[in-house]
Amino acid sequence: MTRTRWISALALTGSLLAGGIAQAQTTVRMTWYSDGNEGEVVTDLLKRFEAQNKDIKVVLDQVPYKAITENLPVQLASGQGPDIARVVDLGGVARYALDLRPYLKDAGYWDKNFGPFLEWMRPQGDTTSIPGFMTQLTVTGPFVNKTLFEQAGIAMPGAKATWEEWAKASKDVAAKVQAPFPIAIDRSGHRFFGIAISEGAKVFDAKGEPAVIDDGFKRAAQMVFDWHKNGVMGKELWGSVSGAAYRGANDEFKNAQVAMYMSGSWQIAQFDKTIGNAFDWVAVPMPCGPAACTGMPGGAGLVAIKTTKNPEAVAKVMEYLASEPVLSELYSRSLAVPGHLGIAAKGLDYKDASPLAKASLKVFSDQVAGLSPIAYKLQGYVNNRIIFNAAISRVGQAISGETTLDEAYKRIASDVEQQIAERNKK
Amino acid sequence: MATSPSTERRTAAGLLWTPFAALIKLIDLPMRAVQRLIGERRMAYVFLLPNLLFFSLFVFVPLIVNVVFSVTGGAALFPSERPFVGTGQYAYLFDCGSFLDPNSCREDHFWRGVANTARFTLFQVVAMVLFSLVTAVVLNMRIKARGFFRAVYFFPVLLSPVVVALTWKWILQRDGLLNAGITALGGERILFFVDPSWAMFWAVFVSIWAHMGFYTLILLAGLQAIPADLYEAAEMDATPRWRAFWCITLPLLWPNMVVVIVLALIKGVQTFDEVFVLTGGGPGTATLMVVQYIYETAFSNQVQNFGLAAAASVVLGVVLFTLTLAQLAASRRKDA
Repeated sequence: MTRTRWISALALTGSLLAGGIAQAQTTVRMTWYSDGNEGEVVTDLLKRFEAQNKDIKVVLDQVPYKAITENLPVQLASGQGPDIARVVDLGGVARYALDLRPYLKDAGYWDKNFGPFLEWMRPQGDTTSIPGFMTQLTVTGPFVNKTLFEQAGIAMPGAKATWEEWAKASKDVAAKVQAPFPIAIDRSGHRFFGIAISEGAKVFDAKGEPAVIDDGFKRAAQMVFDWHKNGVMGKELWGSVSGAAYRGANDEFKNAQVAMYMSGSWQIAQFDKTIGNAFDWVAVPMPCGPAACTGMPGGAGLVAIKTTKNPEAVAKVMEYLASEPVLSELYSRSLAVPGHLGIAAKGLDYKDASPLAKASLKVFSDQVAGLSPIAYKLQGYVNNRIIFNAAISRVGQAISGETTLDEAYKRIASDVEQQIAERNKK
Repeated sequence: MATSPSTERRTAAGLLWTPFAALIKLIDLPMRAVQRLIGERRMAYVFLLPNLLFFSLFVFVPLIVNVVFSVTGGAALFPSERPFVGTGQYAYLFDCGSFLDPNSCREDHFWRGVANTARFTLFQVVAMVLFSLVTAVVLNMRIKARGFFRAVYFFPVLLSPVVVALTWKWILQRDGLLNAGITALGGERILFFVDPSWAMFWAVFVSIWAHMGFYTLILLAGLQAIPADLYEAAEMDATPRWRAFWCITLPLLWPNMVVVIVLALIKGVQTFDEVFVLTGGGPGTATLMVVQYIYETAFSNQVQNFGLAAAASVVLGVVLFTLTLAQLAASRRKDA
C-alpha cells in the first residue's frame, strides 16, 4: 500500500513538473507560403530548432500565396498577425515589422550578410532596423524549351540578344513545331518592369517620386501589345482576366506548349521536379533592350512582426534560421538563389538538383550583380505594388481590346497617383 | 401489483417531462411578471428580442461600420485611425462625364462593373425565368422517371459555386472537354475566355445551370397549386393546349413568376464567386461584376481602399434594398 502511494505521489509530481515545463514553453507562430518545397524544408529545420530549444514551440501555418498578399495585411493591421511571416510585399508590411536589432546576439552578422536586402524591409526613412532576412532571392528571367528549338532546327539567340530577336526566333520555333505559345510572360507587373527597364523606363523622376510613364515604358508596353496582335503571345494570360490578377504559364511550359517562358528563378525547383526528362529546358540571360538587359530582383523575406509578445523567442528562431549552415540548407534544398552575401560569395552546392536545374540556378545567380540600379530601386520602393498592379491592369485592358494604349498610360498615371494619395491620407 | 405497458409508458413520459415542466415553471414566473409590467400586447417584442439582438450583432452593426468606413479615407484599418472625408468617396465614385460611358468616369472599373452586372442580370433573369418555366412545365407532366429528372435539375443547386465554376472552367478552357470535342469533329478550337462575348455568355450560362433548379422548384410548386378542374373544363371546351397555357397557367402562375424574377434579379446583382472563379472578371474587364470590384478594391490592391469599397457597397446595398422591397410588395400581392 505504502509502495503504491509512493508511486502515485511520484507520478503526480512528474505530471505537475511536466505541466510546469509545458506552461513555461513559449509559442511562436509563423505564417509561411511556398512556391515549391520550402515548407517541407523549413518544417525539418524547425523540428531541429525545437529539439535544441525545448522552451520554444514554433507553430508553422502554411498558407497559400494569396493569403500572404491579401489576408496577412489585414491581420497585421488589426494587430492579430503571427509572430513571424514569410512575405513578398516587403515594403508593404515594413510598418508592421519588428526591429530585431536589440534582441540579436550578433547584429553585425545581419548587417554584413543581409545589408542590401534589409533596405527592402524597412519603412521609409529607417536606415538601421533589422526586420528579417531573405529566405530566397529571386531574379526574373526567361526559361527556354531547348528541345523545341532543336526540333525546329533554329539556334537559340545568344547572350545580349534583344527581345525582338528572341521574339522572332520563338515565333519561328512555335510555327515549325506547332506550339501554341511562342512567348509567355507571367501576367505580373513585376515581370513586366524587367522588360520596361531594359527598354529604357526610368520609373522615378529626379526627386525620386514615381514617374511611371516615359518613352521606355511606352516602348515596352507597345512591344508586348504588338506581340499579342501578331501571335508572339497568346491572349490567355494577359488578356483573359481583369485587374491585377496574376496568371502564370507554368502548366503550358511544362506541357511543352511554350518556346520561351518569362518568369523567374523561383520556378526552378518546380520545373526540376515536374518536367524531369520530358524535355531539355534552360534559363537564359535576360534579353536586352536599348537601355539594359535586366530582370527584376525580388524574393521572399522572413520578417518578425512587432505585435509579438515574445520578441526574445522570435529573435532566437530568426537567428537560428538565418545562421549560415541552416540558411545554406534552406537555399540548397529549395533550389533558391541565396539572399545571404556570405553564402552567395562562397557558392552553394545544390546537391539535390538535376544538371538542368543547376545550370539554370547558375544563370540566375550570375545575373544578380548585373541587374539595373533602377530595378533594385523599384524593388525597394514601398509603393511598388501600386505601380506593378496599375501597369498590369491597364496594359491588360488595352491588350484585351477594351481601351487603347494611350488611354492605358493616362489611367496608369492616375491610378498610381490616386492610390499613393489614399495611402498617405492621415 | 403488476402495471400495464401503457401505464409504464406514461410513467416514463412523465419522468422525461418533469425537468421540462420545471424549466417552463422557472421561465413562466419572470415572464408573467414582465407581462404584468408591460402588458400583453407588448410581449411580442420580448419574444423577438433574442433574435433581434442576434440580427443586430451580425447585420446592423456591420452595416453601420460599413457606412462609417464609406465616409473615411486612408489605408488604416480601424475607423478611429481613418480621416473623415465626408462624401468624398461617393463623389469619387460618381465623378463621371457620362454614366453610360465608363471611360469618362474617374473610377472606370466601378462603372464597368455596374454595366457588366446590369447586362449579366438582364440576360440571366430573362433566360433563367424562361428555362425554369419550360422545365417546370415539363416536370409537371406525367412523364417517365419524373422524380429522377426533378432530382437531376435540382442537383446543381446543392453544389458549391466554386466547384461549379471550376468544373465549367475545366470544360471550357483551351484544352478543355468542349474544345476537345470541337477539334475531334474537325472544328477550330475556340478560346472562350479570351472573347468578351463568349466569356459573358458562359458566365450567364453557368449561373443558369447552377441555379435553375431552385427557381424551377418554385414554379413547379405554383403549377401544382393550379386546380386541375380548370384544365378539365378547358379540355371539355376543346380549348387548344397553348391557349390553356396562356389563359390559365400563366395568369395563375404569375405571382410565383414575380417571386422568381425578383429573387433572380437580387441574385444576379450579387453575383461574384462563380464568375470570379470562371473568368476572373476578364477578358479585360468584360465580366468584372460590382461585387468583384468591391472585393478587389478592399483586399487585392496594395493600398487596401476600404473607404472606396465601403462606398461602393453602400451603393450596391441601396440597389438590393430596392429590389428586396419590390420582392416584398410582390409577395404581398401574391398573398392577397
